[in-house]
Amino acid sequence: MSPHPKKYEAVVIGVSAGGLTALETILSALHASFSLPVLIVQHISPDAESYLPQHFATRCPLPVKEADDKEDIMARTIYFAPPDYHMMVELDRSISLSVERRVNFSRPSVDVLFETAAEAYGDGLIGIILTGANHDGAAGLARIKQLGGLTIVQAPETAQANAMPRAALEATQADHILTLKDIARQLNALEGAL
Amino acid sequence: MSMPEHIDNERLEIQLLLEAVYRKYGYDFRNYACAHTKRRLEHRRAMEGLGDYSQMMHRLIHDEEFFDTVLLDLSINVTEMFRDPWFYKKVREAVVPHLCTYPFIKVWHAGCSAGQEVYSMAILLEEEGMRERVQIYATDFNEIVLQKAKDGIYPVDLIREYTTNYQKAGGTQSFSDYYTADYASVVMKRSLREQVLFSSHNLVTDGVFGEMNVIFCRNVLIYFNRELQNKVLKLFYDSLCPGGFLCLGSKETLMFSEIADKFEVIADREKIYRKKRM
Ligand SMILES: C[S@@+](CC[C@H](N)C(=O)[O-])C[C@H]1O[C@@H](n2cnc3c(N)ncnc32)[C@H](O)[C@@H]1O
Repeated sequence: MSPHPKKYEAVVIGVSAGGLTALETILSALHASFSLPVLIVQHISPDAESYLPQHFATRCPLPVKEADDKEDIMARTIYFAPPDYHMMVELDRSISLSVERRVNFSRPSVDVLFETAAEAYGDGLIGIILTGANHDGAAGLARIKQLGGLTIVQAPETAQANAMPRAALEATQADHILTLKDIARQLNALEGAL
Repeated sequence: MSMPEHIDNERLEIQLLLEAVYRKYGYDFRNYACAHTKRRLEHRRAMEGLGDYSQMMHRLIHDEEFFDTVLLDLSINVTEMFRDPWFYKKVREAVVPHLCTYPFIKVWHAGCSAGQEVYSMAILLEEEGMRERVQIYATDFNEIVLQKAKDGIYPVDLIREYTTNYQKAGGTQSFSDYYTADYASVVMKRSLREQVLFSSHNLVTDGVFGEMNVIFCRNVLIYFNRELQNKVLKLFYDSLCPGGFLCLGSKETLMFSEIADKFEVIADREKIYRKKRM
């Protein structure tokens, strides 16, 4: 058992190219009892119909939804940022959306989610960067680390596109560098230790 | 959860800064969504090399031009013609047939930004043969974007996207009928502007605007916290005639508000609501 059991309150995930399979590996492996909310930014085309929630609803034991503006973040729920909106976390642990200009050429942007979530959850946050061919999320992960949260990066050599994990590792010293399977295991284990 | 002390101090500084802005300039951002406000202020603070928010407040109080810049930062003005084309298509199908039954209608675009949404609606109403029977009011609290809306001049490189949107929205003409172009920009046809009254209106601090048949307020409420959303939705309720329509942005909803039961849902995905006749 870990000598300092930590109570985590939320998980944020940033992922881009190659995300569908990567997310599937993680989300389908989460225990049905996994109780932390999970907020996800997956880069997709701005005018794509949002298929992500439906896609994962059948592949994940937990409820999956597209985030609505000003909704309270609930335990045991997976939230996807809607296409063409930034997703932010408020201090009162509700979600707010924004159409402010692209950040890192992206809307939704991983940095926007990570930076606002870091400020809302402090050291209660787990941040995860997965496969992707850009640099979004690097600054956000560094911010999570700076405010005491736990940082996890997919091992670049196992990522379909390794630029995003690499950029994250350059920006901050991650607590764990893991394969997708091990990320899922780690999440379940952290949860089990609560 | 524990948070380093400097973060808490920063929050306090931001609250004081917004209070100062309100007292000095009358613009009330105190109930805007915190994450949004903080991100925009942070961006400006870093760009100007100001050490902390107290320094930024000092500058804001003493330098009106700096305030104008910050006002632009805080009022996200991103917009486009026929944004969410499927929304305009639904307006054509589900709203216009009701409007046609009135001899005269009033339409309010609240938070119209640089006017793209206003011209979209003016075009739609013209195509539906309502041009002579409509007065459009276009308001925003930001005078700079409001002037752009009045001018109706847009960069030519956006036109391709606007044209695609127009077609997807069910446009019946050629989009180029509605503007004249030179090499760098396009000017919207004068007749579209003739039906529109542009004026400054702040949704947070100003009151009811008049009795309207339709109110568009899209992608503005997301910047407000829940309390302020409720207040502004009440303002819209009070500004609509019975049977009037309220159109919100695609990720905004009436459902969690105090006045939800006073409206019926006309189109769920398009966020079109109708004020019940009580
Ligand atoms: C993202 S734009 C939306 C433009 C357009 N309605 C659309 O959906 O494309 C938001 C606009 O709301 C305006 N706004 C923000 N707060 C406001 C307030 N308190 N009163 C009036 N307008 C406001 C901003 O200046 C900006 O032009």
